[in-house]
Amino acid sequence: MHPLRKQRLYWVSLIVVLSSAAIGLVVFALRDNINLFYPPSEVVAGKAPSDRNIRLGGMVVEGSIARSATSLATEFAVTDYEASVLVRYTGILPDLFAEGQGVVAEGRLDESGVLLATQVLAKHDENYMPPEVAAALEGKGGAPGALVRP
Amino acid sequence: MIPELGHLSLIIAFVLAVGLTVVPFWGTVRGSAAAMNLAPSLSIGILVFTATAFGLLAVSFLQDDFSVAVVAANSNSLLPPIFKFSALWGNHEGSLLLWVLILSSWMTAVAFLSRGLPLVMIARVLSVMGLIAVGFLAFSLLTSNPFERLLPNTPLDGSDLNPLLQDPGLIIHPPLLYMGYVGLSVPFAFAIAALIGGRLDASWARWSRPWTNVAWGFLTLGIMLGSWWAYYELGWGGWWFWDPVENASFMPWLMGTALVHSLAVTEKRGVFRSWTVLLAIFAFSLSLLGTFLVRSGVLTSVHAFAADPERGLFILVFLALVVGGSLLLYALRAPAVASRVAYEVVSRESLLMVNNLIFTVAATIVLLGTLFPLVMDALSLGKYSVGPPYFNAVFVPLMALLMPFMTFGPLARWRQDSPRRWLHELLVPAVAVAVLAPLLSVLLFDFNLWVALAFLLSGWVTLGVLKEAWHRLTVGAPGSLQWRRLSPSFLGMALAHMGFAAVVLGAVVVSQHSEEQDLRMAPGDSAELGGYRFEMTRISQQPGPNYVADQAAFLVTRGGERIATLTPEKRRYLASNQVMTEAAIDAGLLRDLYIALGEPIGEQAWAVRLQFKPMVRWLWIGAFFIGIGALVTVLDRRYRSQTVSGEVAGSVKGQGLGFAS
Repeated sequence: MHPLRKQRLYWVSLIVVLSSAAIGLVVFALRDNINLFYPPSEVVAGKAPSDRNIRLGGMVVEGSIARSATSLATEFAVTDYEASVLVRYTGILPDLFAEGQGVVAEGRLDESGVLLATQVLAKHDENYMPPEVAAALEGKGGAPGALVRP
Repeated sequence: MIPELGHLSLIIAFVLAVGLTVVPFWGTVRGSAAAMNLAPSLSIGILVFTATAFGLLAVSFLQDDFSVAVVAANSNSLLPPIFKFSALWGNHEGSLLLWVLILSSWMTAVAFLSRGLPLVMIARVLSVMGLIAVGFLAFSLLTSNPFERLLPNTPLDGSDLNPLLQDPGLIIHPPLLYMGYVGLSVPFAFAIAALIGGRLDASWARWSRPWTNVAWGFLTLGIMLGSWWAYYELGWGGWWFWDPVENASFMPWLMGTALVHSLAVTEKRGVFRSWTVLLAIFAFSLSLLGTFLVRSGVLTSVHAFAADPERGLFILVFLALVVGGSLLLYALRAPAVASRVAYEVVSRESLLMVNNLIFTVAATIVLLGTLFPLVMDALSLGKYSVGPPYFNAVFVPLMALLMPFMTFGPLARWRQDSPRRWLHELLVPAVAVAVLAPLLSVLLFDFNLWVALAFLLSGWVTLGVLKEAWHRLTVGAPGSLQWRRLSPSFLGMALAHMGFAAVVLGAVVVSQHSEEQDLRMAPGDSAELGGYRFEMTRISQQPGPNYVADQAAFLVTRGGERIATLTPEKRRYLASNQVMTEAAIDAGLLRDLYIALGEPIGEQAWAVRLQFKPMVRWLWIGAFFIGIGALVTVLDRRYRSQTVSGEVAGSVKGQGLGFAS
């Protein structure tokens, strides 16, 4: 075979092998690591899976925040004004977490429909609201905005 | 009056940019030297007028002119002056102005430092950059005018800069990042100019390469600062989140890394030509895509300043025109410039090809993960988010695959080499590293397979570089060291590769050995973490210039010996009533101790996050070396322009960036 052709053949086969390995990795990684967003009404309606992580977004219900006196465990309800879902979280909440504010909680649903959150995100200033939350609350007032981590 | 003058300057800059796009290019078509010679003057004109606009906006910020909408929304009379100035680019309109200012600076630099280039080439390159300037100036003027007034309803005071952005890191992070982002427009312009002219040879690569290295170096430093800023300012202790906005700057970096290496092959050996051109196009396209992602408000992030569909549409159309146009040009012209130079499978060319493949695949994978949620949302298929586990799962194996090849890279020969020679050179030290790596990882921390592997791979990469350095110093000159053989381009490469090894080591160690505890603590309470004892001694209120802070004091001891007193704060900013966490960090080469306050719980108790972060500094120190290494390479003798070196030898830039023709 012509040396230039041979060289090209090596490269083409290397590219094919490498990209199929990469595609395999991507598919494998995507399968487990993407999270769907659900508003509380869909969770209550049983549309959210309980065998994988989901993101739940809405407003923190006024008067629903309960803190443990001895640890950092917290419980609060998130609503989209149609239904509300209880969230349990242990750890430090973001600076702007408060009653009546928009949040996104990420975690798994338990059998009783409570979200055991591993992460809670809140808006990063008073005028902002997570776009997912804004969309879920469509028509009930709210502006798009940005999220920060705790 | 001042804002109106600024607006006027911006309009004049736009008109000049249109001139720069049209006139010199017309000159290249008609062969008019007079028209082509206008290009450098027009570039300077654009720089002068954008700098004027920028300066006038800065004056509005410093004078608290709250009749200007941007100032009213992002500044406050209580804000310290340095933050009033940096608030200029802490928002959409102002940061776009900074973008244009930096673009015109790059244009002027190209105009001035390329006098050794053929006139036609300069004219083409500057016209292409002029076209980019037209796009961004139009974007600024039409959709995001920074000089818009709030008349007659001028607010009495501004609503303050986001407290997250009131930080020294933010003063330099965006300008550095933009230097990189926008700097990638230079190799892009060179690539397009070469395609138009049908001339793509080693001298083209030699012109383009120093610009690419400088831009890529700045991009590296910008990303590093962003990561560092996130670490200490977000109060979370993370250093990389695979946040879409981080990805927006990381994708051009990955593509730029491939480009920097591919240009090396094109310059030295004349191969990979059309591939290099394609990489230059991709790298700048990803810069534009990054700008689109960050500025259009399609993303949820601290960087998403504004959500305005009109702006998003504008950049999207611009992006489509630039990418589509340049790819079309590529399709039409690339066959004319393809190379026919042979090299063996075992050679430096091949190793650099592997580098190119891995970095292109990595960029594609990050792109996929970043765009996937946006595409699904746009098609109404649900709202997804792609988390860090995806990126880690794909990215980490790729980098691990890269590093063994990186070991051989510096000492491999062009054209043809043999695995036997590599083994002969490296076998003994490589085995030594393989034995030392697990020992070292046990000595410093508990045994961990991944950490041992990181020590091994980083050790190999460093070894390859050192071996080649030793080779250069000693071969052919027994008994004396030939320091002059360590050229700036070799030293730059060595710094960057060892920096990369340090980044990998830091990343793996901090991911594997970090310890973290969220606790409820009151004065008098103490906790143990990573062998250190943290005792909260008091809680007090401290006033700041534009905030009040709750400050906690922690005494950190180890085995009874005092290590540090740390004072994390929780600040409430007066103007915006926003709450901010100010973490306290005891930094060290082998470990950071990190304390952040959560929220008050009960009388005196606070939620507290304690963290032990081993070797986290290595990440930023390593990235710093990568960036500095890239900048060092341009000091190389062969990039000095023979024709102009006498004139500009006094200036460092002139020595660094001049070109040989």
